[in-house]
Amino acid sequence: MTTLLDYCSLIRSKNAGPFTLTFDFMCHDQTAYDALVATGFLNKELFATLYGTTPDQILLVHHPLALAVKVSLPRPAAQGGPHDTDCYAGQQYAPLMDMEIAQT
Amino acid sequence: MKGTTLMELRILAPTGALGAGFDADALARGLAARPDVIACDAGSTDSGPAALGSGTPKLSARAVTRDLRLLLRGRDELGVPLIIGSCGTSGRDAGVDQVASLCRTIAAEEDLHVKLGLIYSDQPAQRLKDLYDTGRIQPLANAPEIDRELFERGHTVAMMGVEPLREALRKGCDVILAGRASDTALFAALPHMRGADPGLTWHMAKTIECGAACAVPPSANGLLATLRDDHFDVTTLAAGTRLTPRSVAAHTLYENADPYHIAEPSGVLDTTEATYEPVDEQTVRVRGARYLPADGYTNKLEGAELVGYQTVIIGGVRDRVVIDALPKLLPTAERYFDAKILDIFDGEVDPADIDIDYRLYGAGAVLTGSEPDPLTPRELGVLITVTAPDQETAHAIATFVAHASSHLPIAEYDGLVSTLAYPYSPPEMDRGALYRFTLNHVATGVTPTELFRTVTEEL
Repeated sequence: MTTLLDYCSLIRSKNAGPFTLTFDFMCHDQTAYDALVATGFLNKELFATLYGTTPDQILLVHHPLALAVKVSLPRPAAQGGPHDTDCYAGQQYAPLMDMEIAQT
Repeated sequence: MKGTTLMELRILAPTGALGAGFDADALARGLAARPDVIACDAGSTDSGPAALGSGTPKLSARAVTRDLRLLLRGRDELGVPLIIGSCGTSGRDAGVDQVASLCRTIAAEEDLHVKLGLIYSDQPAQRLKDLYDTGRIQPLANAPEIDRELFERGHTVAMMGVEPLREALRKGCDVILAGRASDTALFAALPHMRGADPGLTWHMAKTIECGAACAVPPSANGLLATLRDDHFDVTTLAAGTRLTPRSVAAHTLYENADPYHIAEPSGVLDTTEATYEPVDEQTVRVRGARYLPADGYTNKLEGAELVGYQTVIIGGVRDRVVIDALPKLLPTAERYFDAKILDIFDGEVDPADIDIDYRLYGAGAVLTGSEPDPLTPRELGVLITVTAPDQETAHAIATFVAHASSHLPIAEYDGLVSTLAYPYSPPEMDRGALYRFTLNHVATGVTPTELFRTVTEEL
C-alpha cells in the first residue's frame, strides 16, 4: 500500500490570506515527484469533495523546480471567525496523508 | 559588455518578524556584508483578525524592543536606512505609534540620532464609502460580500506598495516605520528607487521576506540578498543552515495561492521562467523572473470587525457511555439553553444573538466537516464557547451552560449523571472580544500614495 506520505518529505496546509486555504505537497525527490504526478491522485475533484467546494474554485499548480504540487481553495470557514477551528490552517492536510494511492 | 556587473545592491533581511527574535551573530554576519538597506516585516494577517480588530500587537513590546535595539544599532553603524513594515502586527496607526514610541526610547537610551518616517495606513470610513460608491472597491478571490455600512463597523487598513516607502527614503528618512505594507515592498523599495530590474527585485523581495524560512533547516534568522543586473544571490546568515535551489524555489509556495503569479499593487511577479542554481552551500543564484505591470494601480484593503464577546469552558469526558451519547445529547442541550436564556434574562436576551459552540477534541474538532474517519477516543476534550453581544451576558450564560453541561441527562443512566470533568474552578474563562475579517478587497483607481499619510520627525 502506498500513501501520499510515502511520496512526500513535507505535507503542509496554510492560509493564503484570511479566506483562502492552500496545501503544499513537497516530494522526496524527482522520482517521487514524477510518480506522484503520474498517479493523478491530487486532483481538483478530491479536494472539492473533502473541503466542501467545487472543482472550478480550486487552483492546482505543479512546481517541478520545488518538486511540489500546490492546491489552493476557498477556506471552509473564515480565518479566526466564530466557527474556525484552525486559525493558521496548519492541520487541514491531515486526512490526505494516509490515503491509499493506486499505482499506475 | 555581457556578463559585466554594472550594479550591485545588498539587502539585509535580519528576521521574518520584528519581535520574533533572531541570533545576534547572524545579524553581525549580515552587517559585515555592508548592506545598502535593512528591512523587516512586523506583521501579518496570519495570526487572525484580533490584532487588526483590537489594535493590540501579537508580539510583546519587550521582544520588539530587543530586536529593534539591535537593528537600530546596526543601522547606525552603517548609516543605511532601516525599513519596518506592518508595525504592531496589523499595521494600524496604533501599531505604528507603539513601535515609534519604543524607537524613541531606544534612541534616547543609545544616543542614536535619526530622521524617523512614520507612514500611516488607517482608512477613514468616509473615504471607503466614497470608493465603494464609485465602484472602486473590488473583491479578491474568496472575499466575503460587503455593504457600505461595513466601513462604520470595522477597522480598515490599506496595504502600501513601494511608493510611499520610496518617498520616505527620498525625504532622507533613516528609519521608516510603516503601517500595513506588502511584505515584499519593504525589500523592493530601495532597489526600485535605484532602477534595478523589477522582475529580479520583486522575486528577491519575495524570497527574503520571511527571513531564513527557506533555509535548510528553516531558521528564525536572516538572509542577505545581493542584487545585480541579471541575477540575484541569496545567502543564509545563520550558522549551520544552508540554501538549495529547491529550498529557494519552494519559498514561492509559502502562504501564497499561486507560486507563479504573485500580485503586488503595481503588477504581478511572474516566476514561471525563474531558474535557481547553487553558488555554494549558503548561496543560491536566481534569474529569470519577470514583472508585468498592471493596467491600473490597486491597494489591498484589510478589515476586521467585532463579532461579540466570548467566555470559554474546558472540560473532558472519559466515560464511553457518555462519549457515545454526546452526538445526540448536544443538540438537545442547545435547545434547552435557548429556553433557559429566555427565562433567565426575562426575554431581554434573544437566543438568536447567542452562540453556544461545543467542540469535541479527539473526535474531529479540528477538521470538522472534512474528517473522513469517525474516531473512537477513550478520552474526549470538550471546549464550550459562548459568544454574546457583551462580556457580561457571555459570562452569565456560560455559568449555567457549565453547570448544566456537567449533568446532561443520559438515557442509559438513571438519576443525576456526572458527565464532564472540569480542570478549573470556576470553569468559565472570559476570553474578551472576538473579531472577524471583513475585507479582502482592493481599492482601484487610486494613486500609489493617496491612501497613506507620512509624518517625519528628528530623533
